Amino acid sequence: MPEADTILGLYDVQYRWPGRTSFGLHVPNLTLAPAETVLLLGESGSGKSTLLSLICGTIIAQSGVVSVAGNNIASLSAGKRDRFRAETIGLIFQQFNLLPFASVQDNILLPLQFAPMRRKRVTGLVAEAERLCRALGLPSDIMTARAGALSVGQQQRVAAARALIGTPQLIIADEPTSSLDGTTQATFLQLLFAQSRAHDTTLLMVSHDARLSSQFDRVIQMADIAQTVRGSA
Amino acid sequence: MILRLALASLAARALTVAMTIIAIALSVALFLGVEKVRTGAKASFADTISGTDLIVGARSGSVQLLLYSVFRIGNATNNMAWKSYQDIAARTEVDWIVPISLGDSHRQFRVMGTTPEFFDHYKYRSGKSLAMRDGAIIYDLFDAVIGADVATTLGYNIGDPIVVAHGLASFIEHEDQPFRVSGILEKTGTPVDRTVIVSVQAIEAIHVDWQTGAQRPGQATPADIIRQMELEPQAITAALVGVKSRLRVFGLQRSINEYTQEPLLAILPGVALQELWQIVGIAETALIGVSIMVVVTALIGMMATIFSSLNERRREMAIFRAMGARPRVVLGLLVLEAVLMAALGAILGLALLYVGLFVGQPLINSAFGLWLPIEVPTLRELWAMFGVIVAGAIVSMVPAFRAYRMSLADGMMVRI
Repeated sequence: MPEADTILGLYDVQYRWPGRTSFGLHVPNLTLAPAETVLLLGESGSGKSTLLSLICGTIIAQSGVVSVAGNNIASLSAGKRDRFRAETIGLIFQQFNLLPFASVQDNILLPLQFAPMRRKRVTGLVAEAERLCRALGLPSDIMTARAGALSVGQQQRVAAARALIGTPQLIIADEPTSSLDGTTQATFLQLLFAQSRAHDTTLLMVSHDARLSSQFDRVIQMADIAQTVRGSA
Repeated sequence: MILRLALASLAARALTVAMTIIAIALSVALFLGVEKVRTGAKASFADTISGTDLIVGARSGSVQLLLYSVFRIGNATNNMAWKSYQDIAARTEVDWIVPISLGDSHRQFRVMGTTPEFFDHYKYRSGKSLAMRDGAIIYDLFDAVIGADVATTLGYNIGDPIVVAHGLASFIEHEDQPFRVSGILEKTGTPVDRTVIVSVQAIEAIHVDWQTGAQRPGQATPADIIRQMELEPQAITAALVGVKSRLRVFGLQRSINEYTQEPLLAILPGVALQELWQIVGIAETALIGVSIMVVVTALIGMMATIFSSLNERRREMAIFRAMGARPRVVLGLLVLEAVLMAALGAILGLALLYVGLFVGQPLINSAFGLWLPIEVPTLRELWAMFGVIVAGAIVSMVPAFRAYRMSLADGMMVRI
């Protein structure tokens, strides 16, 4: 059951995708402490995306408990889950993170649109967005640029700024560096770590790249925490 | 911010969005244009004759009497005797009375015999009088005033001779009695434009040497002898009547309808016009139907564009979902986009209509005699535009709901 000092807890979670693609996931126990940085290593097809969807509440486990910041995800209504996700979780994807037609500023501020509490924590929306951009090494005149016009590296940093704004308790990054080259990768991670440490944010990064391990508090192998279930039910 | 994002998203697909908006704009312009023409036609139809209280003719149907006496369509089944005309003229209620004598033609145009008072009493477009573009009204027995269309079609000028044919589309012409164009009327947009107007005496005069539709053998009577003859008509086709007091119209109508000497019919032009419009009105309904279908087609086109954009926009919707937007927001966003497109289309369509009116108004007036007023949009037109926007929102619900289901299923992970 949820403990006070866990930001994220999965307890005996069973999930099976609906339909004939009988792919399921079983997670007996996974907990993350506040301000912890965790690297989750796993090959593709090991159920990483399913796990992230469970944590974010876009899918609901058939049994077991998914607890984020002390809230049982399954006990919330669909609408409340969406709101809860916006309030508590900052998300960075592998690529195509941003609305290409919108400005960098609008992209960064977008999650606050659906998270009034998180929005309240930010004083001076534009100033905070600018500060994050600077901290992540983006040029100051980037705010009005169209997101689609940026380089992939810049787009990932904008996505990081978007995940960080309003200091959500948990940041989930799904292979955020796989579309970047070596040096950009290193700088990106450095900046992301600096920012999440500055706000005591828990960081869960999913990757297949074991070389990143040294930078994290803890490294978990997907195979150790979860079993995938295949075949007919 | 959501509105700004919707606009930015539309701007990013500028070409297809512009095409969709143009299609909606054209359809809205067509619809509003048809409305304008329809109301304009209805108004100018109702304005064909005004200021006349009663039309009197031989007994037939009221629409038929209206058709041949005012619109010069069809023929009178019977004439009314000159004696009856004089009896009506002598009544105290009658302010003025103008005879109309039809039956002859000049080329494809009808010839109408009347008295000079016709020009004083015939009114159209709520009280407008006939105006001379050139020349003067009938002074001489063989003077003819021609309508604007007659003048343009046949290229007549003042002083040109006219030969009147007996009957309609007949080859027997009254060559012995040539008329002279004494005046050309301004364009009115009424059947007067297509009429050759002469005096009732002249109609008698050209028939002096004729008996029961055929020319009497022998020498034609010379014009100067005809001038000295007593040319009182035996019969006329119809008469326009004005009463001294509006209140007495119905009394007069009843007594004419009950006239014992011969069966007569008196009609109120406004009522008969209404009856006639009910017949013509079927075409009007069809016209509205067709233009509504065009608007619907444009909206379905918009729906198709939204549908085809859904797949390429899955990622966009997934981003919204990941940021905590409910599927409802995704649905709302698509409907908002559709409403924006429909609204832009409707406004652009209205603008197109006004451009069209400014360019087309003089052309339509001179070609068809149809005056389309340029005025601020009527409430009806605004409702129509609002209807287009609402219809756009409703139509967009179909792809929007699909997007809703897609984004529910996709969540924040899209595998493309």
